[in-house]
Amino acid sequence: MMHRRLAFNVALPVALLAAGATALMAQTSPKGKGMATKEDGQWTMPGKDYGSTRYSGLAQITATNAKGLRPVWSFSTGVLGGHEGQPLVVGTMMYVVTPYPNVVYAFDLTKEGYPLKWKYRPWVSPSAIGIACCDVVNRGAFYSDGKLVYNLLDGNTVALDAANGKELWKTKVADVNRGESTPMAPIVVKDRVIVGTAGGEYGVRGWVKGLDLNSGKIVWTGYNVGPDNELLANPETFKSFYEKGNDLSVKSWPKDGWKNGGAPVWGWMSYDPELDLVYYGTGNPAPWNTDQRPGDNRWATSVLARSPGDGSLRWAYQFTPADNWDFDSTQEMILTELSIGGRMRKVLAHFDKNGYAFALDRTTGELLTAHPYVPVNWTKGYDMKTGRPMVDTTKMTGESKGNVKNICPTLEGGKNQQPAAYSPVTKLFYVPTNNMCMDYAGAKVSYIAGAPYIGATTPYYPGEGGNMGAFIAYDLASGKKVWQVKEPYPVWSGALVTAGGVAFYGTLDGWFKSVDAKTGKVLSKFKVGSGVIGNPITFRGPDGKQYVAIYAGFGGDWFLLSGDVLSSDPADIRPPATFMPDIARHTSQGGIVWIFGL
Amino acid sequence: MFTPRGSLILILCLSGCGSAPHPSRDLRVCADPNNLPFSNQRQEGFENRLAELIAKEEGATVRYTWWPQRRGFIRNTLGAGKCDLVMGMTTGAERVLTTRPYYRSTYVFVSRKDRHLTVTSLDDPVLRTVKIGVQLIGDDYANTPPVHALSRRGITGNLVGYSVFGDYSQQNPPARVIDAVVARDVDLAVAWGPLAGYFAKRSGVPLVLTPVLPAIDPPGLRFTFDISLAVRPGDGERKQELEGVLDKRKKEIDRILAEYGVPVVLPSPGNP
Repeated sequence: MMHRRLAFNVALPVALLAAGATALMAQTSPKGKGMATKEDGQWTMPGKDYGSTRYSGLAQITATNAKGLRPVWSFSTGVLGGHEGQPLVVGTMMYVVTPYPNVVYAFDLTKEGYPLKWKYRPWVSPSAIGIACCDVVNRGAFYSDGKLVYNLLDGNTVALDAANGKELWKTKVADVNRGESTPMAPIVVKDRVIVGTAGGEYGVRGWVKGLDLNSGKIVWTGYNVGPDNELLANPETFKSFYEKGNDLSVKSWPKDGWKNGGAPVWGWMSYDPELDLVYYGTGNPAPWNTDQRPGDNRWATSVLARSPGDGSLRWAYQFTPADNWDFDSTQEMILTELSIGGRMRKVLAHFDKNGYAFALDRTTGELLTAHPYVPVNWTKGYDMKTGRPMVDTTKMTGESKGNVKNICPTLEGGKNQQPAAYSPVTKLFYVPTNNMCMDYAGAKVSYIAGAPYIGATTPYYPGEGGNMGAFIAYDLASGKKVWQVKEPYPVWSGALVTAGGVAFYGTLDGWFKSVDAKTGKVLSKFKVGSGVIGNPITFRGPDGKQYVAIYAGFGGDWFLLSGDVLSSDPADIRPPATFMPDIARHTSQGGIVWIFGL
Repeated sequence: MFTPRGSLILILCLSGCGSAPHPSRDLRVCADPNNLPFSNQRQEGFENRLAELIAKEEGATVRYTWWPQRRGFIRNTLGAGKCDLVMGMTTGAERVLTTRPYYRSTYVFVSRKDRHLTVTSLDDPVLRTVKIGVQLIGDDYANTPPVHALSRRGITGNLVGYSVFGDYSQQNPPARVIDAVVARDVDLAVAWGPLAGYFAKRSGVPLVLTPVLPAIDPPGLRFTFDISLAVRPGDGERKQELEGVLDKRKKEIDRILAEYGVPVVLPSPGNP
């Protein structure tokens, strides 16, 4: 157990500490260089700060002493689904959100063994299970103003009193009956809670909604595809850096194609307080396939910038026009300042599923740099004048294209939901990556809801080097990989980097690792009982010591590959696992929260 | 129980070999609770009728696990051991073991009779001008054959997509594409035969159905499909038993399909 001295902290009521924490956050609102706040030892929002840097100023754990990291506490969540997302630490409490059925556990960090202070077990409609793409994940909660806000899988956003778990409000934002579901983590900006819907494959029309933090009332809804007025794109204030005219979205689809055009929102959101803009990425256009929806299909596979107060759309940029490979752009947008071409720029950094790392000017949406961070062959690069990829048409897929060999990356992306981190000290990005390529073969017959249909198979295989994943340090301005730790499997956990010069991540085969942020040298590793797809955080405990927390809990896109799933195969390795047939020898399912310390 | 066949035989023999089948035997079926003409919770679908027929033949009682047909349907039902039988799957489908097909149907063109469209071929030039409703799937690269075939011909701008999943709060959500024809929201729909046949039969306005030709759009895009019962892979004994019932009760099965308006097509040399 980590508590040896409890005396100093037990006297303070939690509510008071929480209130103090809020005040501290307000004082240290980010400005000047970068977006990182002054370090308060907490972790109150998914990406650590509004810039989603996942950088902590804590420095007790260093590259020198990290070899002494050991587990000090663990807790089984009792839930088998894939544990994406991350715990929050606010004041002396730690909050954990599980996958469906979306239990919240609130741990009291002042007491030995961190007993539960409260638990919230909502009723979540089981019909959401059949809607959720790729496992019933949840990407976590957001703490603001004494409230813990998060999404239930079945389309409800809830706010709990962080002190006692009392439900303050619950608002239905998405309709499971129409294929919408809500695995993403909300963002809270002032008195606005912003949430979006998943469900691109069900032909939803992607949106984000702004709710009032105090009442839960929906204040605005902005669609990601469709006419300007429904996008909340006012011609006075909306400006695309590369495209001119009105109704840019509508004009980029066949007639009415946008009406069920996909562009869902299931990843992460960031916020720049100076510009007062919220940034988020959208998923693939669907349910039509590429040759069925001629046009760019804006604003799917894009980044959108909105004013949180009224939702108005200010700019948008599309990473993959006319997406052909399921290259969702829902991954995190990291906000920082970087010198690019000799000029300091307010940068929005984005590592897209399409294999490219982008730097955009987050004021305007201008593309500043675009370099591959994994092997990529669907495009020959980006035209910096037009902001568009130079697509290799031989890598395009579709029912009419026949078999296409060797497309890199796969439809899992060069990186998927797993968020990267950025250190203002090393000026490097720490990126969990997939190193896989795929073939495409059409004409596989399948059947659902009474309709036979034609699908495709996209077998995956390891890319260059034979390793299916790597944890890399990346210089965005130059597009150079500085170092990498090769991993046998896709790295599906998020990254954390600290002022102590240590980066952290977990692996699909169940290791939690710390590495030297400068060199990539592995400093410590521990087998956490199940594959890691969650995101590490760090915090200062009530005892004044630095700790690191991570979820174990295999799943996400890989949930079929391992675990207690009935199988007729005596080796219990399911058919989709052909490209990583041995993963089930290293991990099974099951959620565990771990805390490590020195 | 239908599952452990060994113990079933044992029970039968204890109660006197050769006597009537044990009444506690269950035929465990997973089905969609809201998807006519296939199945619903009130057991009004032809797959419900077929399950009853099989149960009767086996001396068993049908026990349903209801689960909407969405992504993971097989995984969460048959695959999770919640049941032993799914009443309709394309023959040879992955992740299941399918019986010999018990019917073959086809995608059909559906229009209002008063619209006077006589479309039978994907190459009919009228398809470039009329508004066409199609069923959408939308998983990575997946879609219904008409969507693939029409976009291959450059016909995209005049298509209206109706998700096969639809709005599950409504009755029989896949049927919206047929409703759209009736309501004149589209001039024509291309839909899976059993769905179109059933709702055409019950439509207040006369509808015309014609099979989509060519039945195989070169080089190999099919519009006709064989449909089977599905059991778990490795459950060959059950498959054989079910095939015995399908053979024995073929006439009744055909009668049920006809009653529900399922357009049944026969294999031909050109359409194996």
